[in-house]
Amino acid sequence: MIPGSATGSTLRVEHIWGTAITFDCRDPLPNDAGDEVFQWFRRVDDLFSTWRVDSEISRLARGELARGDLSVETRTVLDLCDDVMVETHGAFDIHVGADPRVAPREGLGRIDPSGMVKGWALDRAAERLEAHGVSNFMLNAGGDVVVRGRPAPAEQWRVGIQHPWRRDKVAAVVEVEDQAVATSGCYELGDHIIDPRTGKPAQGLVAVTIIGDDAALADARATAAMVRGRDGLDELANAGIAAMAIGDDARVTVTEPFSRVRVG
Amino acid sequence: MSNSNTEARTIRRAATVVVATAGTITLLANFHTTSASTGSSANVAVTGSNAQTTSSAGVAAPTTSTPAHSPSSAGTTTTVAAQRTVTGPDVSTQYGDVQVRVTLNGTRLVDVQALRLPSDRSRSVSISRRAGPELRSEALTAQSANIDAVSGASYTSDGYIQSLQGAMDRART
Repeated sequence: MIPGSATGSTLRVEHIWGTAITFDCRDPLPNDAGDEVFQWFRRVDDLFSTWRVDSEISRLARGELARGDLSVETRTVLDLCDDVMVETHGAFDIHVGADPRVAPREGLGRIDPSGMVKGWALDRAAERLEAHGVSNFMLNAGGDVVVRGRPAPAEQWRVGIQHPWRRDKVAAVVEVEDQAVATSGCYELGDHIIDPRTGKPAQGLVAVTIIGDDAALADARATAAMVRGRDGLDELANAGIAAMAIGDDARVTVTEPFSRVRVG
Repeated sequence: MSNSNTEARTIRRAATVVVATAGTITLLANFHTTSASTGSSANVAVTGSNAQTTSSAGVAAPTTSTPAHSPSSAGTTTTVAAQRTVTGPDVSTQYGDVQVRVTLNGTRLVDVQALRLPSDRSRSVSISRRAGPELRSEALTAQSANIDAVSGASYTSDGYIQSLQGAMDRART
């Protein structure tokens, strides 16, 4: 059942970033590759946590650091965020927490790339694992999923899309290989996404899932799509992006590329 | 495990065509199957309200959907294994002609394609684009499925954060 080997798989779950990170590896894992992955996620928390005053992003937001003082990782993410802000016509904007129209809330930084960091960190973690020769695994960081290879030679990774109101159910199932599946949503009371253009909570959608090669982009695009609501779905469809949106009216809208990987 | 046979989907699952119109379109069209001998029909209602709203094309399952080679069982819905397409009639509306084609797998609606949509007005252009084959809409379903992972906004409530993701990730029965 293990691609390329008969000696064991690894399933490891740790709590970092205030969420669960799952690492499901179907290949034999070289000595400390698993530890390296979780160390990497802790480093990402050190750099990007908006919940911690000592993170690099919090210090940047307070003006204690200039861009030139930042780590390569943080600069890279900020640059990527700028790119997606342009691509999404301002629907993805890491400065929403500094908007005077937006009520401050715990965890919302004045500079807050959280909408991309999970995906970006997953991409980098996957690269590290591949550098170790590991090629069949799944990483799930709080609902953003990256898969490589296959769970078994004759199978593809099956990723469920969380049902917005029934915690034990999924709204759809996709089969993917070497892809990222990122979902942005507001499933819980008070967990809303702010439209940077109005300073008000985004309307219309409760969850958006994006599938793509790049988890960072998928993650940020899912957040932007939540903000743009139903009006943004056309653009995703026209761009050939695999996307599924769940409306607050319990309607599900999918793009054609999403339909192609959907199995349930 | 690759079998996606999750919960049986409701045969009356509606497909929605997103339509943005300046006014209201209401269509009721009788569909005729491509295989004339079956006599199957489905009523299709397309309703649209104000611009930017979503209107649904509820495609009711055929009341009698029976392949030509088997006896018909009156009053029941017969599941047909083969996939087939049903093209609706061309219907004139005040905004232009509308024609859609549905694909059924048995009695399950698997696809809706807009063959003709109004395109003579700027509003209507957006109708055609939105209702085209690249975007599909449907009712939300709740499934239990064999999966390796769950993608979704993570719950922050105590208990769920501790157990849900790990449990779901492990749930490959």
